[in-house]
Amino acid sequence: MNSATVRNLLVRGMLAGLGAGLLALVVAYFLGEPGVDSAIGFEEAHAPAHEHEVELVSRSLQSTAGLATGVLVYGIAFGGIAALAFCFALGRVGRFSPRATALLLSGAALLAVYVVPFLKYPANPPSVGDPDTIGKRTSLYFLMMVLSVLLAIAATILGKRLAPRLGTWYATVVALAVFALVIGLAYAFLPVINEVPTDFPATLLWRFRLSALAIQATLWGGLGLILGELAERLLNPKPAAAPTGAVPAAN
Amino acid sequence: MAQHVAQPTATTPALPAKLPLSAVAPWAAFFGILMLVLLYFVGAEQGATSVVNGAGVHEWVHDARHLLGFPCH
Repeated sequence: MNSATVRNLLVRGMLAGLGAGLLALVVAYFLGEPGVDSAIGFEEAHAPAHEHEVELVSRSLQSTAGLATGVLVYGIAFGGIAALAFCFALGRVGRFSPRATALLLSGAALLAVYVVPFLKYPANPPSVGDPDTIGKRTSLYFLMMVLSVLLAIAATILGKRLAPRLGTWYATVVALAVFALVIGLAYAFLPVINEVPTDFPATLLWRFRLSALAIQATLWGGLGLILGELAERLLNPKPAAAPTGAVPAAN
Repeated sequence: MAQHVAQPTATTPALPAKLPLSAVAPWAAFFGILMLVLLYFVGAEQGATSVVNGAGVHEWVHDARHLLGFPCH
């Protein structure tokens, strides 16, 4: 029974991820793609010898089908992960309904999975970034992401542990402060990466990064709302119109 | 949060029933890894590391990789 509930939630999470991915795809196509195109224009204007002569995948495919593949798979994958995290969080983080748990979880995930790593190693358009340092940049980015997610989980557990002694409010404040402090130390000690070409337009870089943030906000916001709705309908089929004296006694 | 002071039991949201960890863990282990593999192919394959030869995967998801914030090239 419980295993079936987890399976149901997992399927719903992946569907929610697909839906949220579609919303994010719209944002990516209309807000993000113009920036990618301008940045590629800059790259071509500044590359004397054409290294990208052989086009494996045309620009028109990259910006449509390729973009859709990437964003949707990303949405489905994080939808599944969010559903599994939701199964752990439900009833354990506090007195929140399934809907509220899902939105709280996706808000925290937006921060931990994306915003915190982004503030140290922000998204870069084409032509920003030296191909020779891709290994270092990839490991640092994933390190920052893993660190931030693990710290967010640790801070949540810390908050829960402190809550009986400090009360929910102060326990939450302390947990958030510890999270911010450790992340601040990571920001301070991890190496800085700045590979922006000297004459790359600052406004283009800013708009590109804003659009990257908008894509993630749409994805995680949509995921939280859709997963919450689907989970609420699965777990609380009828919003208690007739009180049948059903007290969830099991746990 | 729950400001249900006036109403007694019926409308007060109870603490939702927990799903036992033993029921969640197998799903989390298997599907968690599967989802991470998907993310790897969208975010990092044929960048710093390659499982598949060539650059087809990288080129296909090129725009998504930039816009989703992954280091691309």
